[in-house]
Amino acid sequence: MTEKIFTKEEWSGALETLKEPYRLFGPVKDGDFHTFMPLDGDKKPDFDYENSRLSPKTIIYPESERMFEYSLDETDDDAHILKESPKDYSPCAIVGIRPCDVHAFQIVKRNFDNPEYQDPWWTEHFESAILVGLGCNNPCASCFCTQVGGGPFHETGLDVLLFDLGDNFLAKALTEKGEAFLEKIQGESADDAVLKAAEDLKQSSEKKITAKVPTDQLKDKVTIELFDAPFWEEVAFACLNCGTCTYLCPTCWCFDIQDEVSGKQGDRIRNWDSCMFPLFSLHGSGHNPRAEKFQRVRQRFMHKLKYYVDKYENGVQCSGCGRCVRYCPVNIDIREVCKLMNDFA
Amino acid sequence: MRNKEGVQLKNPYLPYPVRIDRIVTETEDKSLKTFRFVFLDPDDEEKFAYTPGQFAELSIAGKGEIPIGIASSPTERGFVAFTVNKVGLVTSHLHNMKEGDIMGIRGPLGNWYPWDEMEGKHVVIVGGGFAFTTLRSSIIYMLDSENRPKFADISVVYGARSPGMLLYKDELAEWEQRDDINMHITVDSTDDPDWKYNVGFVPTITEQKITSAENAIAIVCGPPIMIKFTQPVLEKLGFSPNRIILSLEMRMKCGIGICGRCNIGDQYVCKDGPVFPLAQLKTMPGEY
Repeated sequence: MTEKIFTKEEWSGALETLKEPYRLFGPVKDGDFHTFMPLDGDKKPDFDYENSRLSPKTIIYPESERMFEYSLDETDDDAHILKESPKDYSPCAIVGIRPCDVHAFQIVKRNFDNPEYQDPWWTEHFESAILVGLGCNNPCASCFCTQVGGGPFHETGLDVLLFDLGDNFLAKALTEKGEAFLEKIQGESADDAVLKAAEDLKQSSEKKITAKVPTDQLKDKVTIELFDAPFWEEVAFACLNCGTCTYLCPTCWCFDIQDEVSGKQGDRIRNWDSCMFPLFSLHGSGHNPRAEKFQRVRQRFMHKLKYYVDKYENGVQCSGCGRCVRYCPVNIDIREVCKLMNDFA
Repeated sequence: MRNKEGVQLKNPYLPYPVRIDRIVTETEDKSLKTFRFVFLDPDDEEKFAYTPGQFAELSIAGKGEIPIGIASSPTERGFVAFTVNKVGLVTSHLHNMKEGDIMGIRGPLGNWYPWDEMEGKHVVIVGGGFAFTTLRSSIIYMLDSENRPKFADISVVYGARSPGMLLYKDELAEWEQRDDINMHITVDSTDDPDWKYNVGFVPTITEQKITSAENAIAIVCGPPIMIKFTQPVLEKLGFSPNRIILSLEMRMKCGIGICGRCNIGDQYVCKDGPVFPLAQLKTMPGEY
C-alpha cells in the first residue's frame, strides 16, 4: 500500500481540489470546541485539535433524519402512503477523524448491519464514506482507547491514516478506497527515516495512555448477578439523567421514530434517543420497566460492558474516546464503573 | 439496498399500504376494537406470511407506529386483523378511523409460539384481558382441520374483568360448543344472573380446571399481575419452566432489534421475543 509524505500546505491545497470528487467533512474550530462540519464555502479544517466534542457519528447517522415522506391531501392518489425520502449518497470523505471514532463505527456496524436486518440509511451513508484518520500525538488524559481494542494510531476500519510529523503529514493508504483518495494528492514517497519517525511517534503516544481499564472478566460474569450488584445505586447517585454521555458517545445508537406534519405534507423522522430518559421505555399502560434513575444508569453501563460483550463476542461497546468522562457534569467515569463490574465477585 | 447476490431488499422500516376493511367494537366500554386490513397490493399478503405469536407495527401517516400482536390466523386468508386497545396518540387516532381508510402495516415481526415443539402435546392456553389476541390467532390456527390432528388436547383458560370485556364473544360461544377444545371462560365478577361460565381470577380457575402437566405445554399471555400469579400455579401443576411460554410487551419503535429500547439484558423483545420460555426469562434481568 502507498505511503506518501507531503507538507501541511500541500495538504491544505489538496483538500481544495478534493472538494470536487468528495463531499468533505473535517474538524472545524467552533467556539471553544471543534465540530465535524462540511468543508464547503470558506470553512477551514483545523487539524491541530484533540478531538471534536460531538462525535463524527453524526455524519453517518444524523441526530435527526428523514426516513419517509407522505401526503395527507385526500385528493392525492397516494395520500397516506409512505415513500422514501431522497438522500445524498455521493462519495464523502471524513478527514482528520480520530482512530477511536473510526473504531466506534466498527462497533455500531454490528447493530445497524447485522445478518438479519440492514438499516438502509446507516449502511448507505457508511458505504459512501472514506475515513481519512489522523493519529493522536497527544491523547487526552481521559482517553483509554488502548484498553478497549484500539489505539491512538489504530488502523482497523480506516482507509487512510495520517501521521502529524510537524511540518509534514505522512499518509498511509490502508484500503483500495484509501489508495484512490491518495492518488489525488501530490507528495513524495516516504523513506525509511520518515517511517521510523512515524513508528516512534505511535509508540510514544501509546505510552501516554496510562489508564488501566480491565475488561477481561466481563464475559464470564453471570448477567443477573452483575445486574443485581450492590453498587448501582451508588454509581447512579449523582447522575442528573441529562443524557450528555449518550449524546456525545460515538457508540450510542438508540433512536426514536416520530411523525411530523406541516400542512398536508408529513415526514417520518428518526431522532437520536437516550436510555437516560424515562420516556425511552415507558409503556402505553403507564408501566415503566426502567422507572428509576439507577435502572437507567445501570442499563447504559450494562449495555456497553456486558450485554454487547455477550451478544457480539467482540469486546465492549466503547471505543475509549473519553467524551463521557470529559463532559459528564457530575464526573461519572465509565473507567471506574468498568473496573467495578470487571472486579465484581 | 441490496443483498450479497445483488437482489434488491425491502426497506425494513417501510410499511405495506393497507385499507381498513372492517372494524368491530369488541368490548362494552368500546376501548377495544378489532381492525381487519386488506393489502392494497395483493402480492404484499404473500410477503406478510406470518406465524401465530408474531406482531406488526401499525403505521398511520402523520401519527406514527404502534406494535400490536396479530389476532388473525395465517389459515384465514384475504386479510390480517389486530385488536387494539385505545391508550395513546396512535391508538386513539386509529379508533377514530373508518372502514376504507388507508394506512400501513409493517411486519411480521418477532418470533412465535413454539409450534414444532407443541406438536403431539396437550396445549394449555392461559390468557387474560386484551392480551388474548395472539392466543385467538393460535386457537384458530390449531382448530384448522389440517392442523388439529397435530395437537393432543387443547384447553383454554380465558378471563376478563366482566362479561362485557371479553373479546371475540361469538367465537368463544362457538368454541364452547366444540368437543375438540376445552374452554374455561371466566370473569373477575359479574351480577349477570344468566352468566353460565366461571367466576374467579385466571390463576384460580387455572388451578381448578387444569389437572395435569403431563406431556403438556402452557402458553401464557396477559397483564403482568395475571402472569405473576399464574406462573406458580403452573409450576405447582408440574409444568417445567421450559414448558411455560410467555409473550411479553415492551415499548418499541423499530421492531427489528436496532433502535435499542425494548431490551431485557441482551435480548430485544421485538426481535428475539416477544415469546420467551420461562426458563430463559429466569436467566435474564427482571426488567420488564
